[in-house]
Amino acid sequence: MKTFNQKIAITCIAVAVMTFSLVAAPNFANAKDIVKVAFIGPLTGGVSANGIGGRNSAELAVKVRNEDPAAKYTYEFVGMDDECKPNVGVQVATKIASDKRIVGAVAHYCSAVALSAVKIYHRFGLPVIVWGAVHPDVTYGNKFNEIFRVNGTMINQNETAAKFMTSNGYKKFVIINDTTDYGKAHKEYFSKFIVENGGEIIESFGVTADQQDFTAELTKIKKLDPEVIYFGGLTPVGVRIRSQMNKLGINAQFEGTSGLKSDAYIEGLGDLSEGTLSFIEGAPLEKLPGGEFFSSEYTKVGYDQAAESYGPFAYAAMNLLLDTIEEKGPNRKAVVKALNAPAEYDSIIGKIDFDDHGQNTVAAISKYVVQDGKWVLWEDSEYASGKRSLKK
Amino acid sequence: MDISLLAQFTVNGLMLGMMYALVAVGFTLFFGVLDIIVFSHGDVVMVGAFAALTGHYWLTGIYPDMSMWVELFFISCISIITVAAFGMIMAKTMILRLRSASPLNTLLATMMLGTVLREAVRLFFPGGSNPKPFPVLLPDISASFGDFTLRFDSVILFVLGALLIVSLHLLITKTKLGMAIRAVAQDEETARLMGVNFTLIVLITFAIGSAVAAFAGVMNGLYYNEINFGMGLLLGAIGFSAAIIGGLGNIYGAILGGFLFAGLQTLGAVAMPFASAYKDVFAFGVVILIMAWKPTGLIAEKTSERV
Repeated sequence: MKTFNQKIAITCIAVAVMTFSLVAAPNFANAKDIVKVAFIGPLTGGVSANGIGGRNSAELAVKVRNEDPAAKYTYEFVGMDDECKPNVGVQVATKIASDKRIVGAVAHYCSAVALSAVKIYHRFGLPVIVWGAVHPDVTYGNKFNEIFRVNGTMINQNETAAKFMTSNGYKKFVIINDTTDYGKAHKEYFSKFIVENGGEIIESFGVTADQQDFTAELTKIKKLDPEVIYFGGLTPVGVRIRSQMNKLGINAQFEGTSGLKSDAYIEGLGDLSEGTLSFIEGAPLEKLPGGEFFSSEYTKVGYDQAAESYGPFAYAAMNLLLDTIEEKGPNRKAVVKALNAPAEYDSIIGKIDFDDHGQNTVAAISKYVVQDGKWVLWEDSEYASGKRSLKK
Repeated sequence: MDISLLAQFTVNGLMLGMMYALVAVGFTLFFGVLDIIVFSHGDVVMVGAFAALTGHYWLTGIYPDMSMWVELFFISCISIITVAAFGMIMAKTMILRLRSASPLNTLLATMMLGTVLREAVRLFFPGGSNPKPFPVLLPDISASFGDFTLRFDSVILFVLGALLIVSLHLLITKTKLGMAIRAVAQDEETARLMGVNFTLIVLITFAIGSAVAAFAGVMNGLYYNEINFGMGLLLGAIGFSAAIIGGLGNIYGAILGGFLFAGLQTLGAVAMPFASAYKDVFAFGVVILIMAWKPTGLIAEKTSERV
């Protein structure tokens, strides 16, 4: 029995020594306090290209800050995967929010996940800046002080999209949307603005987010003969629909939302992607105030996946969070209070100005078209200059 | 509904049914010989498609001017051989070892294997998390009759699939190997006593089942011209359901089940008054009803006296 107790004692001492050395070592090497910040996005699953782009961009902001000798703290980056699934997102959000050492987070690309996670952040008082989810209710569906968003909402997107399409002479639309909150809200807002602008929605089709075969829906659509097929959903399904449209010989203009505008869309379709439209908030990277800086830093680190469309937003969100921590200290309440105070921030995506719901009000929408295997700003494209033309 | 539209839906449904049937055949073969469910089978289909795509990158790298028929032949071979070998390795290292454990362990282990395959392709295939364009290797010719467009590539794929099923049928019913597979399926111990090499037969069965899955993967790629790492997930669930409603262990049942499921999905999307978003709910709902009506499947296994 005695030897057993001795063994326990020795083990305890060993564990204590190891723990002490682990905790203390970085402190000896570095005089700055360590502050943890988190990122949440879809790192696996169908839209992981966007999630990884966002993760890299947010991590880049932390790296740049840590290299800055003037920074008061050393930041530790925690990247988590919500798989674009609300049930997983809620678990991850709880894990992040209940970790008291994490001062703030930059979270969520998928609206369905963001909608279910915001309550948790509110309960735990964790300041969160949304970097990609576009559903209006993420900020406007609640009065949570902790939730902010740097990107615009789908209301702005669809308003611009509907005006643009109807002013280009399109009248007959068919909507395909995925049946998540994200897709359904896209359908709702696009329909609303199309009708307001004198267009007509002939029919709409709900599809699941993991559906592979769309031939049944598309055969029906072919019979309806619309001028435009609008897709409210994300890239993987968008690629399948566009590809199968071609198989069935449907010659309508294909139009997507911000969820479609990724390099993965063009990679997945090759030449077929030509002429596809999408609408997204913010300006193209090279036209952003800090776009050049962001691109060069991103390339310097050598990430093997692109930042994708929302990368700059993730970077700007993380940078804003770090700025606030630098100024107010690593305290959740202080950060929430500071972000709620009326102020205008400069960032690589331009000015950020939160309204009383924490929504960035500076949300210009850009129109894009695929031209020669690239998303080109509409105004700069040969489609706008009349050299090429959209379908019909 | 006019006749051309009906024809279009029928052709779409038949193509879908052929793919489901090919996947379901694998489930039923494995269940036949070992009484186990190999849940990773859908993801094996996905691996088959990606193996073919790798073959395409490799071959076009060496011979950029290769004719599309030659390339199609070679990438199908690469895919089928790779996946058949993978099936044998899986059987040898995992399935046969788990024989002494409860069938639940095999179910769980193969489910996890499916996740491993999926994530491995996503992580290690260059740009694997994005949808990948699959090369167009069949002539882009189609004939239109009103609203009905018949694509030549669909016809070729359907005929190839049908030929594969017929040859599989001949293999099982007419050859010595087929007899050995049937013997093992019927009664393992007696088969052993009759001099059948049990392990070898199991390995060959897994090679055949996986090769059919690889073919289904290539077919999927050629039909949609797009593949992605998650394509096997739903395909696996549907293939499994098709095998169950047809009668697990019976190849014809699996084929019937595959076409039936595709028919239900198409019906759900086209003829039902509710939104097409519920077509899977409808199809799986009917599967549950069929299971309640015929618990052993539409074509029940003949050897139900097996103890």
